[in-house]
Amino acid sequence: MINKTDNNRAWLLVVPVVVLVAFSAIIPLMTVVNYSVQDIFDPQTRIFVGTEWFREALLDERLHGALGRQVLFSLMVLLIEVPLGIAIALCLPRRGPWVSFCLILLALPMLVPFNVVGTIWQIFARADIGLGGWLMTELGFDYNYTASPLDAWLTVLVMDVWHWTSLIVLLCYAGLLSIPGAYYQAAQIDGASRWAIFRYIQLPKLTNVLVIGVLLRFMDSFMIYAEPFVLTGGGPGNATTFLSQQLTTLAVGQFDLGPAAAFSLIYFLIILLICWLFYTAITHLSTR
Amino acid sequence: MSLMLKGVAKSVGGASHIYPTDLEVGSGLTVLLGHTLAGKTTLMRIIAGLDTPSSGRVYHNDRDVTDLPLRRRKVAMVYQQFINYPSFTVYDNIASPLKLAKLDKAEADRRVRETAELLRIDNYLQRLPSELSGGQQQRVAIARALVKEADLLLFDEPLVNLDYKLREELRQEMTRIFSERKAIAIYATTEPGEALLLGGTTVVMDRGRVLQSGPSLEVYRRPVNVRTAEVFSDPRINTASAAIADGRVQLGATAFSLPAGMAPLAAGEYIVALRAGHLRLERRDPEDVCLAARVELSEVSGSETFIHVRHGNVRWIVHQPGVHSYRSDDEVKVFFSPDQLFAFDSNGELRHTPFAAAA
Amino acid sequence: MAEIHLKNIAHSYRENPQSPADYALKPCDYFWQDGGAYALLGPSGCGKSTLLNIISGLLQPSEGQILLDGRDVTRSSIQDRNIAQVFQFPVIYDSMTVYDNLAFPLRNRGVEATAVKQRVREVAEMLDLGDILHSRARGLSPDAKQTISLGRALVRNDVAAILFDEPLTVIDPHLKFLLRRKLKQVHERHQLTLIYVTHDQSEALTFADQVVVMNEGQILQVGSPQELFEKPAHSFVGHFIGSPGMNFFDCELVDGHALIGSQKLRIHHGGCAQPAERTQIGIRPEFLRLSDSAGDHSLPVMVESVQDLGNYQIASGQLEGRPVKIKLDEEQAVGTGPAHLHFAPEHTRIYLDDWLCEAKP
Repeated sequence: MINKTDNNRAWLLVVPVVVLVAFSAIIPLMTVVNYSVQDIFDPQTRIFVGTEWFREALLDERLHGALGRQVLFSLMVLLIEVPLGIAIALCLPRRGPWVSFCLILLALPMLVPFNVVGTIWQIFARADIGLGGWLMTELGFDYNYTASPLDAWLTVLVMDVWHWTSLIVLLCYAGLLSIPGAYYQAAQIDGASRWAIFRYIQLPKLTNVLVIGVLLRFMDSFMIYAEPFVLTGGGPGNATTFLSQQLTTLAVGQFDLGPAAAFSLIYFLIILLICWLFYTAITHLSTR
Repeated sequence: MSLMLKGVAKSVGGASHIYPTDLEVGSGLTVLLGHTLAGKTTLMRIIAGLDTPSSGRVYHNDRDVTDLPLRRRKVAMVYQQFINYPSFTVYDNIASPLKLAKLDKAEADRRVRETAELLRIDNYLQRLPSELSGGQQQRVAIARALVKEADLLLFDEPLVNLDYKLREELRQEMTRIFSERKAIAIYATTEPGEALLLGGTTVVMDRGRVLQSGPSLEVYRRPVNVRTAEVFSDPRINTASAAIADGRVQLGATAFSLPAGMAPLAAGEYIVALRAGHLRLERRDPEDVCLAARVELSEVSGSETFIHVRHGNVRWIVHQPGVHSYRSDDEVKVFFSPDQLFAFDSNGELRHTPFAAAA
Repeated sequence: MAEIHLKNIAHSYRENPQSPADYALKPCDYFWQDGGAYALLGPSGCGKSTLLNIISGLLQPSEGQILLDGRDVTRSSIQDRNIAQVFQFPVIYDSMTVYDNLAFPLRNRGVEATAVKQRVREVAEMLDLGDILHSRARGLSPDAKQTISLGRALVRNDVAAILFDEPLTVIDPHLKFLLRRKLKQVHERHQLTLIYVTHDQSEALTFADQVVVMNEGQILQVGSPQELFEKPAHSFVGHFIGSPGMNFFDCELVDGHALIGSQKLRIHHGGCAQPAERTQIGIRPEFLRLSDSAGDHSLPVMVESVQDLGNYQIASGQLEGRPVKIKLDEEQAVGTGPAHLHFAPEHTRIYLDDWLCEAKP
């Protein structure tokens, strides 16, 4: 039983969390805010520049390009991974000895570290020593991801699909398992087709897990860094340079801390904004 | 021992769950009777100390315990759900409050066995709760509440989730289980039959208010208003508006002489009420009033038939012992003796009861 | 609608059932008539869900056949049986409107649009769903959802029978009455074959013309509510139906009498005095009477307590060391102590090894 008598000492219990959040999120974020409004020459010399870095970042053509590629990439990831994930989840066995085998097989790619994924695919897709690249060439495609922007794009996409579709599959699978048998029985009684069962029973019941799945995949793909960095290095040209990599080039490569900080904040706000849009749109849809 | 509520009220977010209530409860069994959402559980939680009232004070043996933390009170509670520790045996489940109280082992063992025997679960002490039927699981929960000899025992509709046969069985034993306790026991239920069976005192609640309290049979026979009579009747008490004038009662299209008991009532509009058991399908006495009605549904419980009938705008229920079959839309004649009518004034206050004043 | 024949049906969840205890449903053979309202009643685990699943097609019986109007459907799929079902928890298509929910079974079968419209309107009117026909089904109350489930079964005119699996479990107590009445009306007006599964005696007895009482995988009695009350075929039925249940007394049958302990009760038992492991007489508390004087069919009893339950009183006592309950009118004044217990001879039953033995004249 819970004692609900007022006791102000209870606030003490919250202190560790507040401290943790302060150190992990608020203080670093404030540092970035601080950098974004100053020009830093060396630790002693700083000039307050107001919104100049923001203006510069917003007008930066490289950022526009990276943002465009990023949005396109995330959209394609969602368009491929969500339907594919649902389809695989629908095909998985519901019970029997194969269940755990399938689940482990599916979970494996998710356990591989990001940069290792990049390395694996870099080798796999090479035409000279990689199985995938060799196969593409043998099949008569003029495939070279280091030279052709289209090939590079396709490779990065396939890599992400390989790496992350399982997440959608597992979420949907759990969602499907939670649908009571009576629903399927009722649909059979009502003479529903396989498609009608999917459209009117499974899909509505999956809405909640799909909201989570889409959000997770969107955020992750929007912040993708290590895999394309290792695989293509952002090339050829800028073809696969996404926002994170653009940012890193700015902050680490050119050591422009002020513009990089402004860029980071803009990046952060974009993600926040899109997540919010997604969330309101989907929850609105499901409560309509 | 006594428990007293003074002006206790509870509101959550502007909505009143309990209106200011004064109530005094002595040792022995008190039944809180009311429909769902009447405020029974809220009141119990305040009494137990699980919730603090928005205003008012709670006194236990004349000591203000309103702000006393739960662990410093000697309270035990049994819920609708069968709450036991799933990984403990029945024995350990019952013994758990005694272990917390660091009771001497031999004494604890004695009390566990004694309580288990009282609840007839002494043969299952080494089993796990999941290996027992619902009725037995609830017996374990009750045993755990009884074993620690709390000053205050709270039962929140403990039988509601049991199959009716198990409910019947455990209900029969409740009186015996409570009989030897000196503690204050409060038992919430929606069923009038349970209140009557358990005897003791009944407190009738409705929509956050205490309507009446007193000895159970007394409240049953002399409900202060229509609402109390409705809550304390199963099936629902039959009511109809009637006019009394010139020694006659006019009930819809039917008129009959004013029964002797109602003679002191002034002429005017009244609500007359009649329990379902007093409506019959055959004439027993020449004085009986007869109404033509149409059957809406006949509900059959194991050994009784409840016939829902309609006479004009009046929907009444006839309670017949035994099992009979009637079809919807059958025409029937229902009879009642005017001597068994209750009369309430237009505000719903009791003006006449067919029962003689308490001796 | 159709007649259902359970032809030597039995089911065991084991591969090779050896003893009767291995059967979840013991072998049985029953005809259920077209247009009848049946209830399967019994405590949890009695086999009623197994039987329901066999009829609906979710489960194939390990023995026997199930025939709908003479057509063997034992191996047919759920779709091909044309049996509709209302489940314990409302199953509705959340994303559709009430109208689309009702139209769904028809549209799936390719019924033409104007016919769908007409049929849905008819059913909506029958079930008082007209006002909410165009609302989304998601936000509705459980009773409205259950009504829609029922409606989906009713729109089709090829349905052989409608099964109900404890359909009132999630309904508010005060709304149960309305739904029961609706169900009863639908049955009385349209003469559908309905099968209702429940563990609640009131629900079964109110709903059904014929109640099938089950326990431990066995059908113990199929009878009208009145028969179950007045002539329970098995001691379990006597115990399970009615509150309080039937009184049973172990006895011996000797010429014209039942010997209960040292007491003799005059009873007619022609043809029942055969050897049995257990002979009992059973009588419902309603058919016992207490008085101060002895009579033709009375035995001395010790009344221990009397409980006034408002509508009636229950007296508990001991008869030759065996507990007995007597249901009395609310008016009758009864005290505790010794009294005479009168048995209504026409309601006193004899049970041999738990089964009713009907005495021959």
